[in-house]
Amino acid sequence: MPEMTYREAVQKALADELRSDDNVIFFGEDVAKAGGAFKVTPGLYDEFGGNRVRDTPIAEQAIIGAALGAAITGLRPVAELMFADFIPVAMDQIVNQIAKYRYMSGGQFTIPLTIRAAQGGGAGFGTQHSACAEAWLMQHPGIMVVSPSTPTDMYGLLRGAIREDNPVFVLEHKMLYNMKEDVADNIQPMRLGEAQIRREGGDVTVVATQLMMHRALEAAETLADEGIDVEVIDLRSMVPMDTETVLTSIKKTSRLVVVEEAPHAAGWGGDIVSLAANEGLYWLDAPVIRVNMGHTLVAYSPPLEDEIIPNANRIAQAVRNVVQR
Amino acid sequence: MDITVKALDEQTRMDMLQRMLDIRYSEEQIQGLFLANLVRGTTHLCDGQEACSVGVAWALKPGDMMTCTYRGHGHALAMGISIKTLMAEMMGKASGCCGGKGGSMHMTDASVGLLGANAIVGAGLPIAVGAALTSQVKGSHHVTVALFGDGAVNIGAFHEALNMAAVWKLPVVFICENNLYGEYSPLHTTTAVENIADRACAYNIPGLIVDGQDVEVVHAHVSAAVERARAGDGPSLVELKTYRYRGHSRTDTGPYRPEGELEAWLQRDPIHILRDRMIEDGQLDAVEFEELQQATERKVAEALEWAKNEPFPLLEAAYQDVYAGGR
Repeated sequence: MPEMTYREAVQKALADELRSDDNVIFFGEDVAKAGGAFKVTPGLYDEFGGNRVRDTPIAEQAIIGAALGAAITGLRPVAELMFADFIPVAMDQIVNQIAKYRYMSGGQFTIPLTIRAAQGGGAGFGTQHSACAEAWLMQHPGIMVVSPSTPTDMYGLLRGAIREDNPVFVLEHKMLYNMKEDVADNIQPMRLGEAQIRREGGDVTVVATQLMMHRALEAAETLADEGIDVEVIDLRSMVPMDTETVLTSIKKTSRLVVVEEAPHAAGWGGDIVSLAANEGLYWLDAPVIRVNMGHTLVAYSPPLEDEIIPNANRIAQAVRNVVQR
Repeated sequence: MDITVKALDEQTRMDMLQRMLDIRYSEEQIQGLFLANLVRGTTHLCDGQEACSVGVAWALKPGDMMTCTYRGHGHALAMGISIKTLMAEMMGKASGCCGGKGGSMHMTDASVGLLGANAIVGAGLPIAVGAALTSQVKGSHHVTVALFGDGAVNIGAFHEALNMAAVWKLPVVFICENNLYGEYSPLHTTTAVENIADRACAYNIPGLIVDGQDVEVVHAHVSAAVERARAGDGPSLVELKTYRYRGHSRTDTGPYRPEGELEAWLQRDPIHILRDRMIEDGQLDAVEFEELQQATERKVAEALEWAKNEPFPLLEAAYQDVYAGGR
């Protein structure tokens, strides 16, 4: 089996979609000639040329608005916003235009549009370059959101997103770009909306994504030595969300911990808790715990950043707490 | 750009006159719909600006596209949305051009090239840039026009859109209907230049200052900019000097306007300018014009009655069209 990094998965998925469909185009700040700020997209400009792979001005409203305009008139654009922290710069185009364009026209348009951005903390980029964007995007019906956690998923979900006839945000965690994995020879484009159980266990369900999912797996190994058997669910797709896999797991384990790399208020972890309360309450044997950043921001100083973003120890402690109840 | 305004042929003039009357009488009826409680929310009327909508629409070819604004009933009718489907949309009826989901501010019909009327000031410009990008990538020679008001030229999306379009030489024409007021504020209190077209130099593109009350003048200038874009020479910024007869929106009577201003602009009414020219050229007489007005009034009244009797959408529609593919 060949080895592939998360970074290479992005490049390969883009290249394969650009190859398979002439309507796919790709643009963003420094993505073409320079190959991207995270060196994620080298070689695409050389292979597909400046008509289909373009560098843009630093102008997020124009990038995202143009992507929408192109999507409703026959192209299948992929736009990059570099850091997910730049999403709010284009928020009108995202919230008022992309999300609403099909609905308010009575279904006249399909919007086959993919927007990529690198998110997450842990790399010392400071307060304005470390956010996770899921919660900003999930409250807008019309938009889909995926958060791939592995090279295989990155490749399959990005291709799936580009083939989707709806606007999809593909959020890439920048701490995972160097993650390597042995991958299958021919990974297929993946359907959005399917969670995956990364580790089976019978005592506690932990729901997480991306870096937090990997830290949950790390915590699960520690807890296994203590005799606690943790089931780790990787949500993968935030909208649409695979609630069935989560509920089935809660039914089995009767205990739930939700881990988010984000502030607590109005986070998607609240949706999981609400799901458990509405449809799984009588299966639960302990209060649900949410592990997240509380009500603070990501700081630059390394010990502060480590304190703020949940780590395997905090996740493990939360699991111990629900098991002991 | 070298532009000469030539007299259009009689049939074209007659079609333009008819369409301007369609817009005028529709707008008059729409104001009344609020009083009758048939329309909710707000509306932004464009009477006084008919030559802009019609002059622009007549400069386009099949396959060309437009984005416009919440003051968009005129654009919609000019592009070919019928009075009936416009009125039905106003009332939230299933047979409206957006199935009743859009309303006054979102008249949209992709089949006539109208990619959407936008209720966020300036937001249509980047979308028009994207439509023009499609034309360039596919080599299709279609042109997109972005219509917006003078209030939109101070928002970031205006700058980002014009710059990107200029850098990429996209086939898009930016058309500002300068009606002298951004909502309730006179232009000079919000904008550092008197002529919006002067901004064009910042993007190294042509800027045209145009009499927006004369439909033949509008048509000639916009046609030149559209054909320049079609030829691959990039975008232009066209400023149409015009005037809205009413206030910003339904509840605004325009008390901030100086005395005599409206009356002065009424002397340059776009319908009267074309009517008088046609009479002068022996293509129309006063009796025929009177008949045309009455027939249009009847047509609009009939469309209104039709729309009133149309059904509302089924409640299932509330949950449809959120995603493509029935999700």
